[in-house]
Amino acid sequence: MRTVKILERILAAIPIMLGVAILVFLFMRLTPGDPVDIMMGQGGAVSAGEMEQLRHEFHLDEPLYVQLWLFLKDAVRGDLGYSYIQKRGVITLIAERLPATIELAMGALFFALIIAMPIGIVSAVRQNSPLDRLSMAAAFLGISMPAFWLGIVLILVFSVTLQWLPVQGRIDYGVGLEEVTGFYVLDSIITRNGEALVSSLRHLVLPSVTLGAAVAAVVARVLRSSMLETLRSDHVTLARAKGAPERGVVLKHALRNALIPTVTVVGLQVGVLLGGNMIVETVFSWPGLGRLTVTAIFQRDFPLIQGAVMIYAFTFVMANLIVDILYTYLNPKITL
Amino acid sequence: MEVSPQVESPIARQAYLWRIRLGLWRRNLAEFLAELRNHPLALLGGVIIILYLLAAILAPYITSYDPTRGNLRVRLQPPAWHPEGSWEYPLGTDAQGRDILTRIIYGARVSLTVGILAVGISATIGLVLGAITGYYRGRLDWAVSRFADLLLAFPYLIFAIGVMAFLGSGFTNLILALTFKGWVEFFRLVRGEMMSEKTQEYVEAARVTGLGHVSIMGREVLPNIIQSVFVLATLRMGYMIILEASLSFLGLGIPPHIPAWGSMVAAGRDYLLVAWWVSTMAGIAILILVLAINVFGEGLRDILDPRLRVE
Repeated sequence: MRTVKILERILAAIPIMLGVAILVFLFMRLTPGDPVDIMMGQGGAVSAGEMEQLRHEFHLDEPLYVQLWLFLKDAVRGDLGYSYIQKRGVITLIAERLPATIELAMGALFFALIIAMPIGIVSAVRQNSPLDRLSMAAAFLGISMPAFWLGIVLILVFSVTLQWLPVQGRIDYGVGLEEVTGFYVLDSIITRNGEALVSSLRHLVLPSVTLGAAVAAVVARVLRSSMLETLRSDHVTLARAKGAPERGVVLKHALRNALIPTVTVVGLQVGVLLGGNMIVETVFSWPGLGRLTVTAIFQRDFPLIQGAVMIYAFTFVMANLIVDILYTYLNPKITL
Repeated sequence: MEVSPQVESPIARQAYLWRIRLGLWRRNLAEFLAELRNHPLALLGGVIIILYLLAAILAPYITSYDPTRGNLRVRLQPPAWHPEGSWEYPLGTDAQGRDILTRIIYGARVSLTVGILAVGISATIGLVLGAITGYYRGRLDWAVSRFADLLLAFPYLIFAIGVMAFLGSGFTNLILALTFKGWVEFFRLVRGEMMSEKTQEYVEAARVTGLGHVSIMGREVLPNIIQSVFVLATLRMGYMIILEASLSFLGLGIPPHIPAWGSMVAAGRDYLLVAWWVSTMAGIAILILVLAINVFGEGLRDILDPRLRVE
């Protein structure tokens, strides 16, 4: 039964992905200006004859639905077009930058959970204690703070003033690291390169904190409120009445149920991680997908922007799909 | 209790009805203000929001400096409490010698206008679409709901950045980019409420008395759901302001010649080593405003619509 539900969920994601691709395609066509000019970006100094040829090459002389069909066909095969400014395929460019972005997102999520889980649990157990009030005030601050500003303040404190952590990039200049997967932390471990490991971890700290702060705030708040709810529920009272130790009651009986809404929220927060990614990568000059996209926007490299937006949306849909599936494992009672 | 007057003319009747409505609203407002006193933080938030609004409206009367033209002789002056600072420039000056406080005050105009317009338009679109689809259901409901699902597949900031990339920066495009996805939440809220309200007895009663569909939606149901919309609108306002600032920070929002908080933070990044205040001050302005809006919004929710409390 569970397999059927999961399959259903995966099938439901397909029309959404298709819709995303169509919407992104339409955006490109709705942009004011000549599509050839737009696709060529700043490299668009071509003669009228060449323009005609390109128009034919891009199938712009065909009706819109034919163009859409060709676009979708290419997309399914993993061909997201060609960046005329970088003179390379869009998917290659994105694939190169993706490990940096995923590494940062993982770092942020790790930071967020490691902060939010204990805070959420302790705040609920000691409701209205000074600790609870302080953490909830901090969480409120985290929700109201623009990420780019937090990043700059962290740079000011930890890089400029204290000089503990580096300001930008993924690794110190001159540290030799053999790239295997593109994930620097992982590569350092695989190649047993201690210097690179320390350097890449140090570079990861500030961007991860910046990106993860808002997520941590939201997760802590949700976990606290759902913990408060489960701590008052009958089965927790029963566990206490049976004389189960308090630690076990909190961690086993209450937390497990409180995690269900929390997991959903973490899934939705992936959107925040992806969106904030462009901001944080810009602040810390992190060479990932976000920076690639922002640069592409300023170079008016539309095929690349189109591809990047699509990859972001696909990742978001996939993340929510994974959360939905995880959900069934956390609580078998829930039907998708 | 007032006795209903002899219904002589439709105008007199309308005037009578409006008098009752105004009386009710006044009483509700008085009740609301009395409740607000029990939420000191929300009250404080409200006061801060009003101060920001006043500063934005009265900007030219509050400060005598020009927000765009600087004086290079006083560039990068530190804030007043700094040993080298002076009260002439309370929050210091930027790299072009412009008073930072002045630019923050003028920047409030952008942030508040964008926030209010983006939320207002989103809420209106969401309200109308949600009410119609929730009431009539059918094919239109299916189509709009699927489109809403589709928009939800994009992270908000990515979507806005994508739209701005294709449309180009500018005030109108910014509002467009923010509302293009912003209506979805309001739509889902109103649609759900409309569907559940529709089964209530008072709607049935209204139908029996011969009221038309539009009247039922507008006059009977709407007053019952407008509070939730209002609460959601307040809670979304802070987020919209952060989104606008983020877009301006990336250089995709408001054109650079207009002072906006996001672009002020971005411009100060080059001077972090020598003048930390250029970048940080505008960020503090955003933080205080968004904090105030969020605190006020949560207070509003507790007072008006405790059901929304579920995270």
